[in-house]
Amino acid sequence: MNALPNEHRIHLAVLAFGLAAPFIFGAFTFQFTILWIMILFALTWDMMGGQMGYNSLGNIVFFGAGMYICAVVQVGLYYDVGLYTAPDSSISGASFTYQQYFTGLVLGLICAAIGCVLLAFVMSSFLFGLRGPYFAIGTLGIALSAGELMGAWEWVGAGSGIAMPVFPGGVEARSLMFYFIALGAAAATYWFVRWLYSTRYGLAINAIRDDEEKAEAMGVHTKRYKSITWSFSAFFLGISGGLFGNMTGFIEPLEVAFPTVTFGIFMVAMALLGGKGTIWGPVIGATLFHVIKEVTWTYLLGWQWVALGLLIVINVVFFQQGIMGWMQRKWPERFGIQVDASMRKGSERPSDRTSTP
Amino acid sequence: MLRQLLDCRTATAGAVALAITCAAPAQARVDGDTITLGSAISFTGKYSTNGVHAKNGYDLAVKQINEAGGVKVGGKSYKLKVVYYDDESTPARTAQLLERLINQDGVKFVLGPYSSATTKAAAPVTEKYKIPMVEAEGASRSLFNKGYKYLFAVLSTSEQYLASAIDLAAEMAKKNGRDPSSVKVALAFENDPFSLDVRAGVVEDMKKYGMKIVIDDKLPRDLSDMSATLTKAKALKPDLLVVSGHSKGAATVTRQVNEMKINVPMIAITHCEAAKIVSKFGDGANDILCATQWAETLTYSDDLFGTAADYDKLFKATYDGYKNVPYQSAQASAAVMVWKDAFERANSFDTDKVRDALAATDMKTFYGNIKFSEHGNNIAKPMVLRQIQKGKFNVVAPSKWASHEINYPRKAN
Amino acid sequence: MLDNIAILTAAPVFNVQLILDGIFIGAIFALAAYGLALVWGVMNVKNLAQGEFVIMGGYFAHVMAGWGIHPIIALIPAIVVMFLFGWGIYRLIIRWIIQHDMFTSLLATFGMALVIQQSLNLAFGPEIQTVDSGFEIRFILDGLVTVAEIKLVSFLLCVLLAGIVVVFMKRSRMGQAIRATAQDPRAARVMGIDTEKVYAFTFALNAAICGAAGVLISMIWVIQPFYGITHSIRSFVIVTAAGFGNLPGVIVSAFGLGLAEQYSGFVLGAEFQQATVVGLLVVVLVWRQLLLSRHRQVVQ
Repeated sequence: MNALPNEHRIHLAVLAFGLAAPFIFGAFTFQFTILWIMILFALTWDMMGGQMGYNSLGNIVFFGAGMYICAVVQVGLYYDVGLYTAPDSSISGASFTYQQYFTGLVLGLICAAIGCVLLAFVMSSFLFGLRGPYFAIGTLGIALSAGELMGAWEWVGAGSGIAMPVFPGGVEARSLMFYFIALGAAAATYWFVRWLYSTRYGLAINAIRDDEEKAEAMGVHTKRYKSITWSFSAFFLGISGGLFGNMTGFIEPLEVAFPTVTFGIFMVAMALLGGKGTIWGPVIGATLFHVIKEVTWTYLLGWQWVALGLLIVINVVFFQQGIMGWMQRKWPERFGIQVDASMRKGSERPSDRTSTP
Repeated sequence: MLRQLLDCRTATAGAVALAITCAAPAQARVDGDTITLGSAISFTGKYSTNGVHAKNGYDLAVKQINEAGGVKVGGKSYKLKVVYYDDESTPARTAQLLERLINQDGVKFVLGPYSSATTKAAAPVTEKYKIPMVEAEGASRSLFNKGYKYLFAVLSTSEQYLASAIDLAAEMAKKNGRDPSSVKVALAFENDPFSLDVRAGVVEDMKKYGMKIVIDDKLPRDLSDMSATLTKAKALKPDLLVVSGHSKGAATVTRQVNEMKINVPMIAITHCEAAKIVSKFGDGANDILCATQWAETLTYSDDLFGTAADYDKLFKATYDGYKNVPYQSAQASAAVMVWKDAFERANSFDTDKVRDALAATDMKTFYGNIKFSEHGNNIAKPMVLRQIQKGKFNVVAPSKWASHEINYPRKAN
Repeated sequence: MLDNIAILTAAPVFNVQLILDGIFIGAIFALAAYGLALVWGVMNVKNLAQGEFVIMGGYFAHVMAGWGIHPIIALIPAIVVMFLFGWGIYRLIIRWIIQHDMFTSLLATFGMALVIQQSLNLAFGPEIQTVDSGFEIRFILDGLVTVAEIKLVSFLLCVLLAGIVVVFMKRSRMGQAIRATAQDPRAARVMGIDTEKVYAFTFALNAAICGAAGVLISMIWVIQPFYGITHSIRSFVIVTAAGFGNLPGVIVSAFGLGLAEQYSGFVLGAEFQQATVVGLLVVVLVWRQLLLSRHRQVVQ
């Protein structure tokens, strides 16, 4: 582990960049904020899909649930939610004082995180019997129905959505605040998964991925591990949802809160692009995806979605190992993987683990 | 592991380099003799047809104004120009793109997106940066009770869309010797901000007469079948069926009302023109009432485009493939005219001065009169209700504008 | 909600309308679901682009109607074109994902679905389209129940198509090869069956069946580039409930789903009609899992 100090150096560099970015590229603060959220998305998806082998297509549920829980707490602390969301309501997003706004935001984000953890436990009780593609289809179904059901719920504004409380301070302060919350959330997620994968816990969920039956036979309490892992990713996704709702300023069930076919699929695509089952893979995948998207998206004039579909197909069919996986296979020694000379030409895939001694 | 991390560093450096390249020159809002307006509007996704209608409206007005000498500010004549982005019909994207227009492209004057949902996402952003926005396509009333100071809308708010259908139903009931409070109404509205707001307006007006709701369904986003709702209508025999669900709602209800022979004396819907129900269903569309913001038969006029009928002609001559000019285009053109008027009255490009000039707008256009309330909505222009009579759209309400008598009751054919 | 149930008990005749509509539309669902059961059973590919194939068929009918060709005649070219399209997709994409794990097939076909719906959107715009069949509408039971002839015709066409497919699977060489491959691909290869060709044929057949379903849908409901996903979900609900390789099961579940949609739309309100489909998917999955877990010995 003599490379560790170097790795820390990288961390410091990224962190320094993250802290300085909004001051150097002020005009891009919003895009960078989204970038951190995307990294968080990819990392939390990878916890399930990459490390535990449960490919969820419905993690977006926690994003939307977090957004709604946060909004309801922020509004509900001071007003009647049903009145606030009524179409002819006279209460406006601006009628929150400084203190009300921040108390609401902090409490809202905390409740969003906790609420999503509870939700993950409830959902895991009936979804985790599903294996492989059934799990993917089942979670996709949950995500799609969540949007529909939220849209039928009058109290939270149904299809009209909720106009979020308006930040009482200035423009600059607002974007900086959201930027640093996003950066903090992404950094916390990163450190958390890093730590998690280095413990016995990480080995256990890897065992579930590699062979669930055998893991069970070895005495790994698979069901408990699965529920807990899902609730970890729900925790961070809930925070990102509450944050994103406040940044957008207006939430609505189908397009903003439960965007299953955009963010819901992006998180999978990003993790796969970078290489699932690695720590850096999701980070690189998300960064690459977001930068390419922001730079080219608006110039593709309607073809962007066709391009995204093709990207997913090509990525999944021909480049499944992702960038990190490809590098690991190309230069296994640099990842600390011992390769027999005789194995070199074989097709044996090196292990995904990089940091186990 | 070291190399792995080095690779990461290269990736980060690449990202930074990319960020720097696109940070390059921010356009100024007024560049030489050009005023740049910005708009994120839907070219793809579910709103794209109407998004393109709106863009055509913007472009036509820009062209017309530039050809007529441009905008005169401080004795100098400026040309207008619009920067567009595609918001993919999703509110989250609209908000992101407005940040981009304002922060990166330096746009200081914004034209609205298409639809209430996207406008609802755009308004907090423009408000935050104190950038005035004139919008022509977001009708939801909830846009105008949030205390927004920089939002101005040229169109009538959505609760007025079908309100005159309720008055009309009450009138017809009286004529037939019935009490308006005995009128039974069936409601089917899409579950989106715009349609729910139309519903709120209808329900409010129904209360005035004491009418009764017998069906109150919300239509899903991917609506392709409403036979269950219509079966209920068959059982409960309402006197008025009100449906609003953008183009898909209009087309689905027209098809299935005929297919199931639903005998309701009055059917009032929105988006008839956009859904092209006349050319799709022919006689099946007869006697349906349609809410519209604007009609080419109305008697409004201005110096730039002439009368409403002149606008209609010019539009059809400029863009191919339009049989009817959608009101979405007309109001988009009106929004650009409002900008011109405000620049000239403010005689400055200071956003706050322009904003105050916008607030004081009081003008006559081919699209109707425009005067903003303190909330930013246009209060000088009524909605009209047209009935499809033998394949033609004829104005039947309100009585001030009516050119034809209403056919009542509607006969199922 | 209770009022709506009261209508049904007070005037039972409206049940007839709901049941008829449910069965007519269920027959079309059955077609697309049977196609999914085929590719799922034979080649273990979970095709999330199933609904997009249906919508493509619908647009095909729409285009043909624009040329003045009656949509029912358009069925035949639609089947042919979709068959070729399916073959092409197999050669381009599906071929590569058969040997991968099953999540790959889900995600790859999802990507395909995105490409198809967005291309349709670019080609035809997002407006909904309809195709007019020109058939009459009939009243039964004192005019309280209407039956559009086109629904009856499409029902009969569904039966006919299903019959053809069944006979094909039972009698023809290719049908037998498909069934053999489904049972054991390795043994089939040993016996000299060109499984690659069987796979391509199966996938193409699925696309053709979906295309036919789409032509029928366009005459009864409305189509739009983004409506595919609900059709895909419907197919998944039906197939997971019935299990693949179980044609009677697929038919019964399809009718059940058609009825469930009509009744939930009537009783709960139209806003729950689609939520019902998706909700049923989750319920069916969990229910199957419960059945499975009874067989499995779980240590926990």
